[in-house]
Amino acid sequence: MTRFLIKRVLLAVLTLVAVSVVTFLLFFAVPTNPAEVMCGNARSCTPERIEMLEERLGLNEPLVEQYADFMAGIFVGRTYGEGELARECPAPCLGFSFRNDEPVMDIVTRTLPVTASIVVGAAVVWLVVGVGLGMVSALRRGSWFDRAAITVSLAGASMQIYFFGLLLLIVFVYELGWLPNPGYTSPLEDPVAWVSGMLLPWFTLGFLNSAVYARLARAQMLETLSEDFIRTARAKGLPRRQVYGRHALRAAVTPIVTIAGLDIGNTLGGAVITETVFGMHGLGRTAVQAVEFLDMPIVMATVLLAAFFIVVANIVVDLLYVVIDPRVRLS
Amino acid sequence: MRVMTAQTGVPPSIEPDPGATGEPATESAGAPERFVGRSPGQLAWLRLRRDPVAMVSAGLLIFFFLVALGAPLIERLYGVGPRDRFSELLDSRGFPLGYAGGISGDHWFGLTPGVGRDLFIHVVYGLRTSLFIATTSAVLTIVIGVVLGIIAGYLGGVIDAVINWIIDFTLAMPFFIFCMAAVPVVISRFFDPRDEVPPSFRMWLLIVVFALFNWTYTARLVRGQVLSLREREFVEAARAAGAGTGHILFRELLPNLAAPILVTLSLNLPTFITAEAALSFLNIGVVEPTPDLGRLIFDSTTYLRADPAYTLIPGTTLFLLVLAFNLFGDALRDALDPRSGR
Repeated sequence: MTRFLIKRVLLAVLTLVAVSVVTFLLFFAVPTNPAEVMCGNARSCTPERIEMLEERLGLNEPLVEQYADFMAGIFVGRTYGEGELARECPAPCLGFSFRNDEPVMDIVTRTLPVTASIVVGAAVVWLVVGVGLGMVSALRRGSWFDRAAITVSLAGASMQIYFFGLLLLIVFVYELGWLPNPGYTSPLEDPVAWVSGMLLPWFTLGFLNSAVYARLARAQMLETLSEDFIRTARAKGLPRRQVYGRHALRAAVTPIVTIAGLDIGNTLGGAVITETVFGMHGLGRTAVQAVEFLDMPIVMATVLLAAFFIVVANIVVDLLYVVIDPRVRLS
Repeated sequence: MRVMTAQTGVPPSIEPDPGATGEPATESAGAPERFVGRSPGQLAWLRLRRDPVAMVSAGLLIFFFLVALGAPLIERLYGVGPRDRFSELLDSRGFPLGYAGGISGDHWFGLTPGVGRDLFIHVVYGLRTSLFIATTSAVLTIVIGVVLGIIAGYLGGVIDAVINWIIDFTLAMPFFIFCMAAVPVVISRFFDPRDEVPPSFRMWLLIVVFALFNWTYTARLVRGQVLSLREREFVEAARAAGAGTGHILFRELLPNLAAPILVTLSLNLPTFITAEAALSFLNIGVVEPTPDLGRLIFDSTTYLRADPAYTLIPGTTLFLLVLAFNLFGDALRDALDPRSGR
């Protein structure tokens, strides 16, 4: 078990390093000099000033050294520039925005709660609604409930997140007026406003995923129900509830957990779109705006964070396997 | 059944390709096998033809493809181009006159608020953009995935390890977020910010990015299948008969992989349509002046409250397109693999 965990973590670190190298190269693929971007309009920008900015950003060093500095900054912090121009950037340091010189870490801490709220809430919606719907319709295969669930999930799986979000906005906010315009309030300040402001994003992102998961859960459950150990369990006289709830559910849920782990990346992409639809200032939308201005420190931070979450989610999934499925033994 | 004269002059050979979707009525002269049984491909085709969902979705897809291919012709018949503006049909605040976004005999889907363009012709050309990008990247994805998957599975060893590592690494990249970051960077690499980026460059860039990030799924699938197929007797027989590696890979193994490849292809298409429209919605994919469904929806968000028809029309089109692909993909899978009965 410990050996397996160590192996997985090492592999994850290796993957993250590879992702960071690729992202860093992407950063340098941008032909425009970031110092010029920061300097602003061309008239007030003297070559001396550009040089000063380059030095402050550490752009005059060789590529490998810059990468080493960047990575070191994340773990131990770093100092930009030298002498009187020096600026401290405590760990975890992700650099400064090219556009307004704000530390990227500050931007991340400000916007990440918004994105995290959306993703976590949506995950609850889709796991409960999606998996629940799929399981029930598998148990009642062929009933009207099953047929309705299939139709809804097929339609849902073909819907675009933004179109669905806009539809919800038209119906619940503009026409019926049941909900306020979506927005983020810190749950620590006002939990009620947090929930009412997040309901639409949760359902937008959650419903579409739950459609996919309902299909998946149904197929898995049907496959599991036809397996021998279920027949054995039924034959030895276990009550229905125990057969379905304990034996079948555990086996059927394992592949769903895998997909859910892999889907974290897609969900982050979905969060970007959800934030754009509802005009919320989360990390994703910040990244989209940063991309437009080629504000690479923010873009890099977003890609790295997303990769980090994906890798961690995959390790968690591997561990969950052992807990959920009694047939899995790690070796 | 009667022996018919072959109209096309095709030699009466037995086709080993189970993926062939030829009509079951193509009995050629002197092939007694036809009376004994049908090939798996023909059986699948028969099952597909008896599935009403498959036929309806296929009809819808053919319609969409015809619209996309015939867009210039439709433009000529309809008499309005995507660049034409009809400011005189907008009121003083820039909203179209009349109901539901100005729907009329001249403008079937109404006009776009603000600019006053015809929405119908934009949806038609938007379908063209969407289907072009999705189809091309799906084909490219399959080609890369199949070739690398077959090679990795059949040859094994170092090549397999390297390809597998690349697959693992690509899967760890957050696809959508990476697309978002990479597309503008690549564009800035090739073009000065002041220059106009040619629309075709943007389209091909999206195609390449989609293919580079998605071939891994196909490659994994094909590799797994090849691992078990390569131990089968017919491969051994081919090798014993002196067939080269290339022959075994693409003439012996590939036809046996036709079913999973077809299903993956048909399910990749809606994924790419969705991804392309989403990127364009974020203003990163296809930009003005190329008509695009995702961007139409993004443009419409400003007028959501006053002119919901502007959002609903392109949104519904996109929904129907993806739905038809999903339905057809599912039906195809059921037809090719009757065990997955649901």
